[in-house]
Amino acid sequence: MSRFFDLTQLPDARGHFGAYGGRFVSETLSFALEELESIYAELKNDPAFQAEFDRDLTHYVGRPSPLYHAERWSRDIGGAQIWLKREDLNHTGAHKVNNTIGQALLAKKAGKPRVIAETGAGQHGVATATVAARLGLECEVYMGAEDVQRQKLNVYRMRLLGAKVVPVESGSRTLKDAMNEALRDWVTNVDNTFYIIGTVAGPHPYPMIVRDFSAVVGREARRQSLEQIGRLPDALVACVGGGSNAMGLFYPFVQDDEVRMVGVEAGGEGLASGRHAAPLTANAPRGVLHGNRTYLMSDEGGQIADTHSVSAGLDYPGVGPEHALWKDVGRVDYVAANDDEVLAAFRELTCVEGIMPALETAHALAHAKKMAAEMRTDQHIIVNLSGRGDKDIHTVAQIDGIEF
Amino acid sequence: MNSSDTNRIDRRFAALKSQGRTALIPFITAGDPGPTHTVGFMHACVEAGADLIELGVPFSDPMADGPVIQKACERALVHGTRLTHVLEMVAEFRQQDTETPVVLMGYLNPVERMGYANFARQAKASGVDGFLAVDMPPEEIDDNAALFAEQGLQSIFLLAPTTSEARARSICHHGQGYLYYVSLKGVTGAATLDADAVGEQLARLRELTTLPLCVGFGIRDGESAAAVGRFADGVIVGSALVGRIAERAESPETIPEALKAILSEMRQAMDRNAKA
Repeated sequence: MSRFFDLTQLPDARGHFGAYGGRFVSETLSFALEELESIYAELKNDPAFQAEFDRDLTHYVGRPSPLYHAERWSRDIGGAQIWLKREDLNHTGAHKVNNTIGQALLAKKAGKPRVIAETGAGQHGVATATVAARLGLECEVYMGAEDVQRQKLNVYRMRLLGAKVVPVESGSRTLKDAMNEALRDWVTNVDNTFYIIGTVAGPHPYPMIVRDFSAVVGREARRQSLEQIGRLPDALVACVGGGSNAMGLFYPFVQDDEVRMVGVEAGGEGLASGRHAAPLTANAPRGVLHGNRTYLMSDEGGQIADTHSVSAGLDYPGVGPEHALWKDVGRVDYVAANDDEVLAAFRELTCVEGIMPALETAHALAHAKKMAAEMRTDQHIIVNLSGRGDKDIHTVAQIDGIEF
Repeated sequence: MNSSDTNRIDRRFAALKSQGRTALIPFITAGDPGPTHTVGFMHACVEAGADLIELGVPFSDPMADGPVIQKACERALVHGTRLTHVLEMVAEFRQQDTETPVVLMGYLNPVERMGYANFARQAKASGVDGFLAVDMPPEEIDDNAALFAEQGLQSIFLLAPTTSEARARSICHHGQGYLYYVSLKGVTGAATLDADAVGEQLARLRELTTLPLCVGFGIRDGESAAAVGRFADGVIVGSALVGRIAERAESPETIPEALKAILSEMRQAMDRNAKA
């Protein structure tokens, strides 16, 4: 590959992906990150640890997830064949559990009896509460007060699982504020607490760890593509908030130059409106937040911008640092889908295939539909069906003017 | 280098050392409760015995701060206080006070957005002496350290109870001006500190550095200031002041006297209890 970076060998020793990533944290947390880095370095290549992780993925999560050919939808569109990597069928209903299983095992190895997490749509919170319940860990989940309203079902789910859900009232009361509050908790309780970050962002080594645990999605999809399609796909499509499900699908294909990759950000009310959550597509300036340097939506004074998306899980002003590098080197194309297109895709897949996707996932579907229409019928697109849409029924009903 | 070339921070700590005194360092958030008040508050702090001022640059996502300073940031941002305005405030302060060192403290992104070279140049021109970003450990400052040094802007770093000895060595090596020892695990304005534990930590750090060691987090009154002042070269008080500003946000004309009252109490307690 004629690139400046070997994309399989990142991050560097200091957690940098080119100009991005790093470890921009308050000094109190440095030791915990160094500790996590060394625990992970040891376990990453430990066959016993990997076997335990794989066993949990098989028997607890239900992996491998199917690669499903959406034949009827593909025929309706009349272009490329669309395949859905069914992460919605995982235990807890989304890809997030792959990562929380891994990090909970790390917490156990680190001897921490308490875990915390931030959550937007609640999927990562649910996945964390689930593994905490299973391992007998105390669990506290920070969630923006606005998201607590948007995602009542998941909030109650987490409480049933024994987690404490803390609504965060500061700032824009969404995902970024939940992450601020989780960091405040961690800096206070760092001795006994493991922070289970839910996306490929945050200080080193989190972007790397979350990527590695999420990459099971892409490894399976690559194998399934060879078996079921008979070759690699022409394109991969996934939604990008922080970017963990896209990273999980894309990473094992990063050297397959013939496979085009497209990350779909939250276009909200349209990029021109300013009310969106698409830092890569909108070419947001470089910035530092939550421990890493990345594309970051901020105003001229460096204050973090308010974001908007119909999906709580993508409502975040930054993006994982490895995606930032992938944009710069041109390995992945980043685009945005607007709320309207997303809702249409949500309804379409539900009606045509009987699969109700999460609103986050519907971003990827909305763009895949556009791409497929421009491609030949003997071409193939794999979409990461990152989560199921049950949690969003309330939001969609509200948009339809229906009260329960 | 003659004395006029040295940084105000170094000069101030050298003078305090020769007098056997501990620095009293107030922190206030610029622009809180409104942009027109800040310079007056800074002068009031100096009149009450402040030796150096840490001026907070408001940030939308102050993730190392507790509720008191979070709310101060919100009050400041309502009026649109930006880094450029904070620099203007320091320039105005310098019209009357050319000696009291001023350190800007906050988060990295406003500087990242302004550009490091641009910030260093403007900060120096405004009379800023040092910069402390909570989320910029020495490993991440990279080439920007040189940009700051070119302008004589000192990089202040944090040390924490959780800092390993290896890291402490590195931080002491990179630090300039003074080192800010975070007295407890937590956010600003959290629980009270254990002065004796802080004393033990400072004793260990003194083997690694000759830089002044200043202590912040958990100092709320004369008693806690004096307790820490026995061990530290400087005592940093933030949330206790910002909390008083918050209480009087609707009648800001009463704030300077309130700041003076608590700082004077601390100054007197520290001087009474000076290092033997």
